[in-house]
Amino acid sequence: MAGFTLRELEAVPGRASEWVLEHDCAETGADPEAIRRTMRERLGLMRASVTAGLASTEKSLTGMVGWNAHGLWSAADVLNAPLLRRVQAYAMAVNEENARMRRIVAAPTAGSAGTVPGALLGVADHLGIGDEALVMPLVLAAGIGQAISRQMHISGSAGGCQAEIGSSAAMAAAAVTELLGGSARACVHAATLALANSIGLVCDPVGGFVEVPCVSRNAFFSVHAVCAAQLALARLESFIPPDEVVGAMASVGRMLPPELRETGEGGLATTPTGLAVTARVRGDGS
Amino acid sequence: MSVLDMIGPVMIGPSSSHTAGACRIGLLARAILDATPEKAAITLHGSFAKTGRGHGTDRALVAGLLGMKPDDGRLPDALAEAERAGLALSWSEGNLGNLHPNSVRLALDGEGRHTTVVGSSIGGGVVEIVEIDGVGVRFGGARHTLLVGHEDFYGAIATVTRVVADDRVNIAALSSNRDRRGGEAVMCLELDARLSGEALAWIARIHGMNWVRMLPPVMDEG
Repeated sequence: MAGFTLRELEAVPGRASEWVLEHDCAETGADPEAIRRTMRERLGLMRASVTAGLASTEKSLTGMVGWNAHGLWSAADVLNAPLLRRVQAYAMAVNEENARMRRIVAAPTAGSAGTVPGALLGVADHLGIGDEALVMPLVLAAGIGQAISRQMHISGSAGGCQAEIGSSAAMAAAAVTELLGGSARACVHAATLALANSIGLVCDPVGGFVEVPCVSRNAFFSVHAVCAAQLALARLESFIPPDEVVGAMASVGRMLPPELRETGEGGLATTPTGLAVTARVRGDGS
Repeated sequence: MSVLDMIGPVMIGPSSSHTAGACRIGLLARAILDATPEKAAITLHGSFAKTGRGHGTDRALVAGLLGMKPDDGRLPDALAEAERAGLALSWSEGNLGNLHPNSVRLALDGEGRHTTVVGSSIGGGVVEIVEIDGVGVRFGGARHTLLVGHEDFYGAIATVTRVVADDRVNIAALSSNRDRRGGEAVMCLELDARLSGEALAWIARIHGMNWVRMLPPVMDEG
């Protein structure tokens, strides 16, 4: 089977991202410099989505979201927790741009596109780290996604929200860990801790739109990723080995009934309010 | 699957499975028809049927059929673009069998050609084409893909792979299937590079080969 396991990645002596890049180029025949260049461009697009999303209050297609990122960003920091607020606002900024049908970078999916930029750009801006240092952590984030997708499809319809937001949080956690000097082992354990604590989340979007709860969920899981990185950088590890955690999530995904896998037939989607919104938007109800 | 599939694609929102993946299935189906589609009968299956309109799947599929890529800014207006381009659309929902929940059947007509393609969007914008004209296939469009529709006879695969070898192109993956013994077959060769025009013409001339398509990769845009 193609690809690599988290166990292999964990054992890398040098920077985990460099190993991922070498591995990828060996498999696809791509030029490492070209991959770095494309990642740099995508980082720039993430940055543009954050900027646009923080400034905008334009409503999404259904009108369920569109003011959350701006609202948080312009509110007082009552907790005196600037990192927390920045990470949350960045994550929602990207997902609200997505809900407006603007151009975004899927990471790994569009519904979870805010988590990686929220955590990585949020932490970098908080600490005053320039964008060039974020390019290779972004490659590592992608590598974590590759290792996860070896065992399960990364989509809400195949595995529930855990497969999407759990993967994005794991990817973001590893990226932040590497950015702050963590070893390959620490990066993989950051990803694993994020994943292990996402197991069981269902995909129940109201009306089938990537808006509620998706936008706020990216705020929550970008913080989740930073939390995982903080534990791993202090050398805390997942008790269950990384690949076994991925396997556990994949098995839970298979146990989830179809109603909770992006069909809009359960959970928040079938609350009275969820059903009313769905009927209104589809124009086949009152 | 490259790292650029995980941090990427660059796409128009709101859903990688329902927008980017759907657009790529449309693009691949257009390439398989090998013509500008004039009519498309679209059957949505599973989650595509339940939530497809909410996720913009309808617009994305049509955008792909019109040749747009997932990051094309015109994607949200694809239904109006189709009307301008003279592409007639008909929609239905149906159970296409034991497929991934995000699946669709596209029956296309254009320039006197007809083809029916079934594809699945399996996550993060990654897609699989699983059926062409009733014959099971399996490829994702990540590589250059050579498709050959042919009569089911001994040595068919060997004659084609001989031409590919003579063109000095490496085969990354190969699959083949048929509707029944001695019936219609489709072979699918995923290649590390595009086959030359001469080689394609040579394959088309081999006795028993019904059609040949060289599909470009659809996973590396953005």
